[in-house]
Amino acid sequence: MRPFTYERAGDLSEASRLGANTGQGQTDAPVQFLAGGTTLVDLMKLDVLRPTRVVDISPLGADLAGVALTSRGLHLGALATMSKVAEHPDVRRAYPAIAESLSLAASDQLRNMASLGGNVLQRTRCPYYRDPSWEACNKRRPGSGCTAIQGYNHNHAVLGVDENCIAQYPGDLGVVLAAFDAEVELSGPSGARLLAFTSLHRPADGEPHLETNLRPGEVITGFNVPAGAWTRRSLYLKVRDRSSYEFALASAAVGLDMDGETVRQARIGLGGVAYRPWRSPEAEAVLVGKPLDEATAKAATDAAFAGAVTHGGNDFKPELGRRTLVRALLQAQSLPVSEAS
Amino acid sequence: MHQSSDTRGPSRRGVMGAAAGLAAGSAARVAAQPAVSGAESGGHVAMRLQINGHDHDLNVDVRTSLLDALREHLDLTGSKKGCDQGQCGACTVLIDDQRELSCLTLAIAAQGRRITTIEGLAGADGALHPMQQAFIDNDAFQCGYCTPGQILSAVACVAEGHATTDADIQEHMSGNLCRCGAYPKIVLAIKQARGQMGRG
Ligand SMILES: Cc1cc2nc3c(=O)[nH]c(=O)nc-3n(C[C@H](O)[C@H](O)[C@H](O)COP(=O)(O)OP(=O)(O)OC[C@H]3O[C@@H](n4cnc5c(N)ncnc54)[C@H](O)[C@@H]3O)c2cc1C
Ligand code: FES
Ligand code: FES
Repeated sequence: MRPFTYERAGDLSEASRLGANTGQGQTDAPVQFLAGGTTLVDLMKLDVLRPTRVVDISPLGADLAGVALTSRGLHLGALATMSKVAEHPDVRRAYPAIAESLSLAASDQLRNMASLGGNVLQRTRCPYYRDPSWEACNKRRPGSGCTAIQGYNHNHAVLGVDENCIAQYPGDLGVVLAAFDAEVELSGPSGARLLAFTSLHRPADGEPHLETNLRPGEVITGFNVPAGAWTRRSLYLKVRDRSSYEFALASAAVGLDMDGETVRQARIGLGGVAYRPWRSPEAEAVLVGKPLDEATAKAATDAAFAGAVTHGGNDFKPELGRRTLVRALLQAQSLPVSEAS
Repeated sequence: MHQSSDTRGPSRRGVMGAAAGLAAGSAARVAAQPAVSGAESGGHVAMRLQINGHDHDLNVDVRTSLLDALREHLDLTGSKKGCDQGQCGACTVLIDDQRELSCLTLAIAAQGRRITTIEGLAGADGALHPMQQAFIDNDAFQCGYCTPGQILSAVACVAEGHATTDADIQEHMSGNLCRCGAYPKIVLAIKQARGQMGRG
């Protein structure tokens, strides 16, 4: 690990001032906020992230760790821990997909440490990104190439990739936030602003080292997830190489608003298979107005994976992703939810 | 409260540490912490950790993980380093009664929090914690390397109410890997201890 200066931010304005160099969304900005540290400290040890200044924002948790359910929706504080939100009764009842995406992630120890803000900003688990002894990684060293495209790419992305980077976005919560029209609340040197969650992460676009649309000094303060008939009839299905304490190979976040057997509205997010938190409006459009059965579910999943690009080791992923989504849709349909509630 | 300080001087890592300093950020909410000095400390910073009910004053490289602080500076070697990457659970400690990973915690960021290691689990009279006794009674280990982390994790698992069924225990203990595969006996040990711990 490289030497760094450690500071604690007592409040938001101090965080933005101390964090003024957190960069323009590049993955390895010279100033890093420290929340739970489960991504940051790990990658600093591996010499992948090399901040010269670490700004501990955990004191902000005194004000920014709340969970509030109102008629307008769900508000989640960015410093709330994964375990707190996963176990929260309101979240489990009204937004089960969010609770499940968190309780199926990482381990109890990690969930006790990790914050929601840090969770959505976690870095890819691509082994070539995580190991600097590999020369070529466009995410780590812009312009150096991508080792994974020709290399070991068992758990790399098939959606949203380009010829410069096929890294997988490994997080679970972000998949649900993308599907459920969530907004990110930000606070920075020039004030507060809101950003659609789907605009937080940049597409690959030939510049994989630029990961987010955060501005220098911006702290994520919370997330707003709007209310909707689909949030109660929702679930997160995660398929992985082992049954617990593992990242997704393929996952699906599904929320359904049903009129009897017919889909009024659908929300669909895909994890484990994409470059960034992935929503599939194509699959949603196929379902709207149709009775939900295995045939329509399959048609929706075909639409979701129409643009998939594979690289050998991950050739199995589009099919696994399709089957995961079919199962998630049919399970969501049969959830015992009263539509009136 | 008993106080001890690290008298061993800079560690090997500390000497290798370059000029990391601790700039004095204002710390309104963490005023309870000792004042910390700047870059003149050669990368070393003063910190106070509360471990097993005792305050420990340390002067170590700012990069020191809580796990290394425990093992290399405080002779509390019960916490084990398996992977050092958050992937195995051998370094599990209780922080403010919650199970967390000491390998991914910066020691300096753990100031002001209550840390319990395996050394602090037994009673003051030396009587083993019911979970320690249950691991012995059920032969819930082979090499023993994962055991301190398993025991602390198991104590928290029961306290959280996550030890009601075998499947529940398996899921909520999945953050602790065991190379020797003692898993079935670990589940038995937890089932023995849960009734003796007041909750679960
Ligand atoms: C072994 C292992 C298994 C895991 N398995 C899973 C899994 O299955 N599913 C899953 O989703 N995740 C998994 N994770 C990832 C884990 O969930 C993340 O590391 C964690 O959520 C990050 O949160 P943190 O608070 O620790 O972030 P930190 O490590 O503190 O920060 C991460 C990044 O976010 C920035 N940051 C943090 N908070 C803010 C904020 N409020 N505003 C602006 N920037 C901020 C930091 O500067 C840093 O760049 C796993 C991790 C490990 C080590
Ligand atoms: S040593 Fe901390 S999780 Fe393995
Ligand atoms: S007893 Fe050997 S690793 Fe668990």
